[in-house]
Amino acid sequence: MTQYLLSVHDPESGRPDMNESDMQPVFAAVDAFNKELQADGSWVFAGGLEEASTATVVDATGTDVLVTDGPYAETKEQLGGFWVVEAPDLDAALEMARRGSAACQSPVEVRPFQSE
Amino acid sequence: MNEHASRPPAPGAEADQVPDLASVFRAEHGRVVASLARRLGDLDLAEDATGEALLVAAERWPGQGVPPNPGGWLTTVATNKALDRIRREKRRQDKYVEVATMIDRIPSEPPEPTGPVEDDRLRLIFTCCHPALAPENRVALTLRLLGGLTVAEIASAFLVPETTMAQRITRSKQKIRATHIPYRIPGPEDLPARLSGVLAVLYLVFNEGYLGSSGEALRTDLTAEAIRLARQLREMVAGTPALGPLPEVDGLLALMLLVESRAGARVSGGVLVPLEEQDRTTWDAEMIDEGHRLVRGCLAVNRPGAYQLQAAINAVHTDAVEASMTDWSQVVQLFDQLLATTPSPVVALNRAVAVAEVDGPEVALALVDPLPLTAYHAWHATRADLLRRLGRWDQARSAYGRAIELAGNEPERTFLTRRRDALPAPSTPGPAV
Repeated sequence: MTQYLLSVHDPESGRPDMNESDMQPVFAAVDAFNKELQADGSWVFAGGLEEASTATVVDATGTDVLVTDGPYAETKEQLGGFWVVEAPDLDAALEMARRGSAACQSPVEVRPFQSE
Repeated sequence: MNEHASRPPAPGAEADQVPDLASVFRAEHGRVVASLARRLGDLDLAEDATGEALLVAAERWPGQGVPPNPGGWLTTVATNKALDRIRREKRRQDKYVEVATMIDRIPSEPPEPTGPVEDDRLRLIFTCCHPALAPENRVALTLRLLGGLTVAEIASAFLVPETTMAQRITRSKQKIRATHIPYRIPGPEDLPARLSGVLAVLYLVFNEGYLGSSGEALRTDLTAEAIRLARQLREMVAGTPALGPLPEVDGLLALMLLVESRAGARVSGGVLVPLEEQDRTTWDAEMIDEGHRLVRGCLAVNRPGAYQLQAAINAVHTDAVEASMTDWSQVVQLFDQLLATTPSPVVALNRAVAVAEVDGPEVALALVDPLPLTAYHAWHATRADLLRRLGRWDQARSAYGRAIELAGNEPERTFLTRRRDALPAPSTPGPAV
């Protein structure tokens, strides 16, 4: 079994065209998908993130520690949330990503964790 | 290695090694890699060990002759090479135990060339053509692992530096390993989509050879390779009854054979020869026979698809002893079906060419003009030809000009230039011909 990161990429602006009641079916679908993952044993961890504007970057690669307002990369899409799942192979992980993407209504990137 | 290295040697060429050694290697490469990859679960190791086995064969076969079952011989030697490698790398202890027990099960008799071995190659082609890999990487991996072409050969075929191609192949194998792209035939629910991906890769290889974005008119090494791989794919599918009939596989093979059958007549003295002017006696009768048989067979399954329909269109042409005997209304009908299956402006353009033969150039031009293909040389070339046939010389001249500017290869440019220069001078009033 390999662990995969299924990361959700949202527009940085959030979803201005969707209000709270529009989002209710999305929340319900994601909740249902999470329960499926837990039921079939694929679930490792998952979570949604606050908006990218809440991010802070810490850089201790040099002698001085730099703390700056984030996000780290100014891109149109930001990490909105993620799942960590266990799957026997990429096809199985891609199938989970398909269901996750349909549930949260955002593209999902699939990336394996390093083994060992 | 230069770009001619991957071509079969010319007849009568000095053979400084056992004849056909290269073609034996190429024919067996996919089988050996696939078999090792399944048993070892490691594509890199399978490929390296196969390469080492080929080196041994290149040393021994010229003196001792090619063994009766070269694939079995290479698989045995490659397996031993892989085991040696695993023994040397002690950190892979668990794998060593696994393989050491496996080696006991490897029969001393060479494996049968059919059955589960065919399955291995089918698994491998689905791995190489996995949608998680970029299309150009699928093509490169398929040619390397299934086709047995060297990295240098693939690089020169696609006009990229060898280091670039090597990197592309290495990264793809790394992705297969790191992400655990499975080594198996997809389940029935995914199979149609995944198979169409495999067919698309083979057709890409063929078209690169046939249409030659490289500037040459024909790259027979690539077209021959695509046909060989399609033939293998067909065998593999036939050897896996659970898959059921997959007529698009036959359709693609038929399409490539029928197009390739005309290859020798397509260019003469460095100039493209259009279909209606080709010497049909030089068409390859054997390929045409095989292509026609395949077309009849797959159409009988009655599950038409884009490759089958294009093959059928080509069969109408190869059926006509002379260009004037072409059944153009059948061509138009088949294009109607093709347009319904795979609607695209390029298909609409090709349909219009057939319409011109049935309803005349004026009707065809009205179909061609609105197509959003102004960057495509064939759109300009088609317009130029229709305008020429309508006697609209000035418009034809400028359309030829645009087509010449955009044409990808020299024989086609020369052909278009000659057609343009044969138009009556601008002052000459001309009637419609």
